[in-house]
Amino acid sequence: MPPNAPADADASREREERLRGAAVSASGLVKSYGSVRALAGVDLTVAPGTVLGLLGPNGAGKTTIIRILTTLLKPDAGTARVAGLDVVSDAAQLRERIGLAGQYAAVDENLTGLENLTMVGRLYGESRARAKRRGHELLERFELLDAARRPTKTYSGGMRRRLDLAAALVARPPVLFLDEPTTGLDPRSRLQLWETIEGLVADGTTVLLTTQYLDEADRLASDIAVIDHGRVIAEGTPDELKDRVGGERLEIRLDEASSADAAVVALAPMADEPPSIDGEVVCVGVRRRGGAIVEAVRLLDDAGVGVEDIALRRPTLDDVFLALTGHAAEAAEDDQAAA
Amino acid sequence: MRRLVTDTLVIAERNLVRLPRAPELLLAFTVQPIMFTLLFRYVFGGAIKTPGFSYADFLIPGIIVQNIAFGGFVTALGLNEDLHKGLIDRFRSLPMARPAVLAGRTLADVVTNGLSATILVITGLIIGFSFHTSLLHALGGVGLLLLFGYAFSWVFAFLGMLVSTAEAANSVGFIAVFPLTFISSAFVPVKSMPSVLHPFAEANPFTITVNAMRSLWLGAPAGNVVWGAVVWALAIIAVFAPLAVARYRSAAGQ
Repeated sequence: MPPNAPADADASREREERLRGAAVSASGLVKSYGSVRALAGVDLTVAPGTVLGLLGPNGAGKTTIIRILTTLLKPDAGTARVAGLDVVSDAAQLRERIGLAGQYAAVDENLTGLENLTMVGRLYGESRARAKRRGHELLERFELLDAARRPTKTYSGGMRRRLDLAAALVARPPVLFLDEPTTGLDPRSRLQLWETIEGLVADGTTVLLTTQYLDEADRLASDIAVIDHGRVIAEGTPDELKDRVGGERLEIRLDEASSADAAVVALAPMADEPPSIDGEVVCVGVRRRGGAIVEAVRLLDDAGVGVEDIALRRPTLDDVFLALTGHAAEAAEDDQAAA
Repeated sequence: MRRLVTDTLVIAERNLVRLPRAPELLLAFTVQPIMFTLLFRYVFGGAIKTPGFSYADFLIPGIIVQNIAFGGFVTALGLNEDLHKGLIDRFRSLPMARPAVLAGRTLADVVTNGLSATILVITGLIIGFSFHTSLLHALGGVGLLLLFGYAFSWVFAFLGMLVSTAEAANSVGFIAVFPLTFISSAFVPVKSMPSVLHPFAEANPFTITVNAMRSLWLGAPAGNVVWGAVVWALAIIAVFAPLAVARYRSAAGQ
């Protein structure tokens, strides 16, 4: 996305204020591993109390961004501030104010749930008694109290993730980083974790999460930054991103593929842009949602084109990804694996 | 500094608490050393001439030193596992003292080394070993033993952070440490080896430490060998502790 040249002093001041008040702000982050450039200049802003979703395929640089923002990794160039503190020069202080839950549930499997949380609390400098009390509180909140005294190697995947998230919340951090929080979870555990994250945001926590699941970003994030090849290639609210690939679309399945051309001609008056044809399926972008289906059926009926099925579809973030990168999110993943 | 101490203790406690829950590890500390002691005493013992000592007296200080040196293996494997499971990331994102993860780990090794040394001494007493010196000397020997084990824990800590997999840590550690322990006075007198090995065997910190143990426990002529052993242990710590901590700071930064 090209940087917006400030139209006037007001806009510039407004942007500056936004950055100063931001819970997370990064500018020009660059990081290379040997000859591989993981980040090629990343700018990000997260307003307090909101959720920014970093969306992108494997290897796009999402985890590298999280690692820099959580002080695990120093950027080669660029600066970033989290909760008002610089990620490099104030790293020690910053660690008091952030929580990190990773892709791999980072708990000690030979310790019980309570022992894990107590250990983390004590490493934040709490006394054993206070750390234990906080651990109890969190286990109760995450519905793990029954398993509190069992080694975590006996936990299910979903329980481990919840414990990992609980560990990230021990010090009540104002800013929370979640690196692919639901990767590998079954649908029910995923939904549970989503609800938990939504609860944290409702309590005022700022969240930066990475995901390769479009529905996850769609559900949790108030803003999305799409990352590909170490750059932010688009940002905005989920709706704004969807608007960029056009409004709603009609998907019409015809009786016969041979009547597709006739259908395209018939639908021209209501189409936003030239309809696309794929076998017997015709896709039409529409300007107005209201009455679109009825109008399409009437136009096709007048032209004598038989319709088997017709549906109005909102664009998904998959469509966004395809429009922005020229490839689907899934295909991009395969590219990375093959490379 | 206070933070370093408390954080180190928290991590040491973590590593000790989990120990009884990983039975295969506990086996390595208990059954395995007993097995080796019995094998050496009864299979090789009759064939090895140790002038001035019974083989049981000769063997126990040697085999204990060897065992203690390998005690740090748990540290290499454990750190490697922590690294791969993301636990090191969690620790590094916490406001804890930086060296505490390694210092806690190596401190826990001192406790487990104490445990296996106790088991070996008891085994030794049963098969004919006895202390020939004062209680003070015997305790001095225990102290030296634990110091030497602590030094090797730092070697293994560095190794665990260096290699990519637990299997690699295992084989590198084994290949590096095993010959060191054997080309020493731990199991046979150096004089019985081919003369090309003498310079190496005599300079080997294992030989020096084992000889120091024999002087503290059996009253063998000491010379400066006890101080030599202490200096070796401190030197190993001075080199490998900073290396391991530097590696810790950067290794997880991938």
